[in-house]
Amino acid sequence: MRGILRAIAGHSSGRIGAAIILVYIAAAILAAVGLTPHDPLTQFRIDRLTGPSATYLMGTDLLGRDTFSRLMLGIGQSFTIAFSAVALATIAGTIIGLVAAWWGHLWDGVLMRTMDVLLAFPAILLAMLIVAIAGPGTFTSVAAIAIVYTPIFARVVRGPALSLKQRDFVDAARTFGSSQSYILTRHLLLNLVAPLTVQVTLALAWALLTEAALSFLGLGTQPPAPSLGVMLSDSKNLMTQAPWLMIFPGLTIMLGILGFNLFGDALRDILDPRTQERPA
Amino acid sequence: MNYLTQRLLTFPLILLGVSVLVFVAIRMVPGDAITAMLGTEAGLLTPAQRSALAEYFGIDQPVHIQYWRWLTGLFEGNFGISSTYGRPVLEVILERFPLTLELALLSMVIAIAVGIPAGVFAATHNERTSDLAVRLFAMIGQSTPSFVFALLIIYVLSVFFGYLPAMGTFTPLWVDPLANLSQLIFPAITLGLAFAASVTRISRSSMLDVLSDDYVRTARSKGASGRSVIWHHALPNAVIPVVTLSGVEFGYLLGGAVIVEEIFALPGIGRLVLDAINQRDYALVQGTVLFIALNFLIVNLIVDLTYAALDPRIRLGNK
Amino acid sequence: MNPLLSVADLHVGFGRTPEANEVVKGVSFDLPAGKTLAIVGESGSGKSVTALSINRLVDFGGGRVTRGRILLRRDDGSELDVTAADERELMHVRGRDIGMIFQEPMTSLNPVHTIGAQIAEAFRISRGLVGSEAERAAREALDRVRIPDAAQRLRYYPHQLSGGMRQRVMIAMVLASNPRLLIADEPTTALDVTVQAQIMALLHELREELGMAMIFITHDIGLVAGIADDIMVMQNGVAVEQGTLDTVLDRPQHDYTKHLLNAVPHFTFGKTVRDDGARDGAPPVVTVDNLAVRFPVTKGLFRTRVGAVHAVDGVDFDLAAGETLAIVGESGSGKSTTARAILGLVEATRGSIEAKSGRSRRPVQMVFQDPYASLNPRLSVEELLAEPAIASGQRVDTSLRDRMAFLLERVGLTREALTRYPHQFSGGQRQRLCIARALMLNPDVVVLDEAVSALDVSVQARVLDLLIDLQRELGLAYLFISHDMAVVERIAHRIAVMYAGQIVEIGSAAAVLASPQHSYTKRLIAAVPAVERRRQRFTIDATQVPSLVRPAGFEPPPARWRDAGADHRVRMEDAG
Repeated sequence: MRGILRAIAGHSSGRIGAAIILVYIAAAILAAVGLTPHDPLTQFRIDRLTGPSATYLMGTDLLGRDTFSRLMLGIGQSFTIAFSAVALATIAGTIIGLVAAWWGHLWDGVLMRTMDVLLAFPAILLAMLIVAIAGPGTFTSVAAIAIVYTPIFARVVRGPALSLKQRDFVDAARTFGSSQSYILTRHLLLNLVAPLTVQVTLALAWALLTEAALSFLGLGTQPPAPSLGVMLSDSKNLMTQAPWLMIFPGLTIMLGILGFNLFGDALRDILDPRTQERPA
Repeated sequence: MNYLTQRLLTFPLILLGVSVLVFVAIRMVPGDAITAMLGTEAGLLTPAQRSALAEYFGIDQPVHIQYWRWLTGLFEGNFGISSTYGRPVLEVILERFPLTLELALLSMVIAIAVGIPAGVFAATHNERTSDLAVRLFAMIGQSTPSFVFALLIIYVLSVFFGYLPAMGTFTPLWVDPLANLSQLIFPAITLGLAFAASVTRISRSSMLDVLSDDYVRTARSKGASGRSVIWHHALPNAVIPVVTLSGVEFGYLLGGAVIVEEIFALPGIGRLVLDAINQRDYALVQGTVLFIALNFLIVNLIVDLTYAALDPRIRLGNK
Repeated sequence: MNPLLSVADLHVGFGRTPEANEVVKGVSFDLPAGKTLAIVGESGSGKSVTALSINRLVDFGGGRVTRGRILLRRDDGSELDVTAADERELMHVRGRDIGMIFQEPMTSLNPVHTIGAQIAEAFRISRGLVGSEAERAAREALDRVRIPDAAQRLRYYPHQLSGGMRQRVMIAMVLASNPRLLIADEPTTALDVTVQAQIMALLHELREELGMAMIFITHDIGLVAGIADDIMVMQNGVAVEQGTLDTVLDRPQHDYTKHLLNAVPHFTFGKTVRDDGARDGAPPVVTVDNLAVRFPVTKGLFRTRVGAVHAVDGVDFDLAAGETLAIVGESGSGKSTTARAILGLVEATRGSIEAKSGRSRRPVQMVFQDPYASLNPRLSVEELLAEPAIASGQRVDTSLRDRMAFLLERVGLTREALTRYPHQFSGGQRQRLCIARALMLNPDVVVLDEAVSALDVSVQARVLDLLIDLQRELGLAYLFISHDMAVVERIAHRIAVMYAGQIVEIGSAAAVLASPQHSYTKRLIAAVPAVERRRQRFTIDATQVPSLVRPAGFEPPPARWRDAGADHRVRMEDAG
C-alpha cells in the first residue's frame, strides 16, 4: 500500500490527478461544514450578475448568489452521489461477476445476459428511464448511476476472475482441499483488487459526468440546491452577458473528471501486471 | 461452438430481455396509465368510463397477456400511439431518426479520421514530446463533458465570430445539404472530438502492445519497411479494440446525444426521449427506448461481424 | 580470407542510460562463411541480445549498441559496419543478408495474414517477386521445408498450424532471401523433442544445400553437439569460453562450461540412472487402474455429443513407497491429464485411483510446472505455506510456524522468507517454495508436473538434487511428469512412456532408456540430443500424432502387453 502511494507520487499524471481530487474533497468538506466565502443559498440582490471580483471570486448569478460558494457545495453534492453510486455498483458488480465466473454454466449465462440487457441502453438513457420511473432527486441519481455501472463492474470482474480460476494457484488450493470461500476471497478477490481500483477511479470520473448530465437535463439534483449540472444549465441563456456562469462550473466539472482520469491512468500503469509480476 | 453463431443466438434472447425490461419499467411508473395519460381530467371519469378505457387499452388484462399483446404488436410495427403527438410512435421515431443517424455517422467519421492516425503517431513516437502532447489532448478531450464543450463552442462562435448555428427546424440532407451540414457540423465536432479522444487513447495503447509482439519483430527481420510494419503488420492486429470502442460509442450515439441535441436544439431521438419523459408520454418513452436498444444491439452485431472479418482466428474458429 | 561476420568488443545496453545498463559486455567472435557458431547460455546471459544486435533488431526492443563493431561482408564483397549503418541499409541487410528465426513459433507469425501472404512478402522484399511469381516461390519454399499440400497450406492462417509447422513456415520465409547468415534464436525450445529433431534435420539439410552460415542460440549444450562447428559459452553478458566444438566439449577450460557439461542433466541413454531404492515388494502407495479421462466434443445448436477427446485412455500403473515413477511423453500425450486426474483436478471418466491413506489426510500433493503461476502473488510466504494446514483444519500457531521455518530451511531458503512475497524470489526459489508447501501436510506422494521444466538448466540440476535428497530423507514417492528425457534419467527409478493417451512402455529406467522396445519410445529416444552424439544427423520423420478425437461410443481395443525384461513391459503394436 505504501509502495503504491509512493509510486503515485512518482508518477507525473498520478500526482496531478491526486492533487485535483484532494483539492476537490477539501472544498467539499469545507462547504459541508459551512466554511464557504458566502452563503451559497443567500441571494445578494444588489450584486446580481456581477463579474469575478475580490468579493465574489467567480462572480454571482442571476439571483445574486456567489458562484464560488455554490461550486464548493455543488462539488460536495456531485462527489457524494458519484462515490455512493460507484460504491454500490462496485459491490453489486463484483458479486455478480464473481458468481458468474466461479459457478459458471447457468449462473454465468443468466447473470451475464442480464448484464448485456442493461448494457444495451446508453448510460444516460438508462439513467433517464430510471429517473422517469422513480422521480428526480439525490437518491434516484445514486440508484440510477449505480444500476448503469453495475454491468460494467460485473464484466470487469468476470474476465479476470475467469482467468484466475484457471491459474495454477487455484488448482493448488484445490489439491489442499481449501474451502470455496477461502479460494474466492484469498485467491480471486485479493487479486482483483488491482483491476477494481483502476476501474473504480475511472468509474468515478464517469459518474461525475453522468450526475452533471442528469442535473443539466433537470433530472438530477433539484434547485435550489446547487449542483454543477444545474448551474451550467442555468448559464445557457446568460452566456453572452455572464460568461463566468458557464466557464467556472464547466471548468470545475472538467477538472474533476480530469483528476479522476489522470489518477486512474496512473493507477493502471502502476498496477499493470505486465510491469509488476515477473522480474526480467 | 463458433463465436459468431453464439452471438447470433444470444441476440434474440437479449432483445427479449430488453423488451421485458422496458415493459416492466414503464409499468413501474407510479399511478395508472389512464391517470398518466389524461392527467387531472382522469378524476372526472366515472367508474364505467374508466373500465371502458381500461378495456380499450387492454390494461384490464393480466400483465403477461398485456406483455404478449404488446410484443406481438411490435412485430407488426405497432409501437402504440403517442399521446403528445397523437400519431403512431414508430412514425414519430422514424421522422427523428435520420438526424440522429447522420449526426452519429459524422461524429464517428471525425473520431476515426482524427483518432487512429493520432493514436498510431503517438505509439510510434512513444514517450517523446509529440506523444506526450497527443496524450495530453486526448486526456483533456476525454475529460470534457459534451455539454461543457458544446456550450464553449457556442460561446466562442457567438462572441468572437458573431455566428449562431441555425437552431430549431432541421433541414434534412436531401433538401439542402449545405444548410443541413452547417446545422450539424458543430454538434458533430462536439461529439466527434470527445469520441476521437477515446479512439486516440485506445489506438495508442493497442498499437503499443502490438508493436512489441513477436510477429512485428519477424516482419522487421525480413526487411519490411517501417511504414509496412506499422500499417500492414501492426495496425490490422491493433484495430480490434478500436472497433469495439467505436462500435459501442456509435451505438450509444444512435441512442441520441440527448444533451448535445438539447443544447443545439436539434430534433433528434435523444430529445424525443427527454421530451417524452417530461411529458409523461409513456407509449413514446417505451417505443423510443426499445428502438434505441435495438439499434445498439444491431450495431453490436455488426461489430461482431467486423471482428470476424478482421481476425481469422474468430472467423475460422480457434483450435 | 575475411570472415563473413566479425564482431569485436560488442557492448549492448538498455534503457535511458544504456552505458550503465549493459547486458552484453564486450563480446568478440568471427564467423567464416558456411560455418555454424553456437552461442550457449542461460537466461540473462546476453546470448539473444548478442544475436539481435547483429541485424540491429535490438534497437526496437529498447536496446542500443554502446561500443564495438559488427562487420558484415556483403554480397558484393564490401564490408558494412552494422553498428554504424542507418535504418535504410539495415532494412536491406535484414531482408537479404541475414535471415532470422525465433523461439516462439506460435507468436512469430502474423495472425491476420495467411502464411502464403507472409512468405510471398518475403520474396517481394528480397527478390522483387510479385503476384503469381511470388505465390509460386512461396509454394516452392513450403515444399522445400517439407510441408505437405503446400498449395493448399498457403491459404492457411498461422493458428491453423501446429508449432512445428509454424517453425517450418518461418524457415520457408527465411529461405526467400537466400541469406548467407541465418540466426536461429532457440528455434526448437518451444517444440516437442521429436519435432525438434525434425527441425534440426531440416536446418542441417538447408545449411549444406545453401552453404549459409548459422548462428545457433540455445540453452541446451547437448543440442549444440549435433550442429555446431564452433561454440561460444556466455554468462552474464560475457563470452566465458570460445572454441571449436570438440575442444569446448572435450576439454572445457572455464568453470561455467564445466558446470554446464557436468552438473547439468544430459541424456546418456540410461547409463546414469539412479541405482538406489529398488522395489522391495512393499504394497504400492498409489494404484491406478484402467484410468480414462475423456472430454466430450459437441457440435451444433443443441450441443449434441458427437464424440470425445480421449485424453487418457486405459492407463494402469502403481507407485511404490519411496520410488520415482516418471511419466514421459510429448504434448498431447495425456501425461499431465493423468497427473491432474490423480489429484482430482479433472474427473476420471472411468477407472480407479487408489491412494493409500498414510501419514496425512491428503497423502498426495502436487508441484506445478510454472512457479510464477502456482503461487498467489498477493499472499506472503507465511500465508502461502499456511494454506494447506488451514485447509486441513489446523491453527496457525507457533508449532506450525516452526514447521514452516523447518521446511523453508530444508529446501534451501531461510526463515526470513516467511514475511516476503513471491515476486521477491527467483524462479528456482519459487519452485522451492512450492515444494515446501507441498510437504506441509507430510504427504506420502508428490506429483511433480513438469516441475523443473520452466527453470534454467543449472537451477534445474540443483532442484533435482534437492528432490532426490528429500525423497531419501522423507521416504517420498514421486510421480514425475516430464517431457525432458535428460531430467527423467536423473531422477526416475521407473519410467512410463505415454503416447496418444496410453502408456506404450513401462519399466525400470535403465531398461526403458537403454533398450527401448516400442516404436514410439525408439523414435523419442533417437530424437533426444546428447553431448555424446557429436555431429549426428537427425533423420526427417514426419509421423504425426494420431487424433485423440474419437466418435461417440468408441472404445479402444484392449491392450496386449509383452514382457521385455524383469521390470519392463511393452504394449504390442497393431500390425499395419
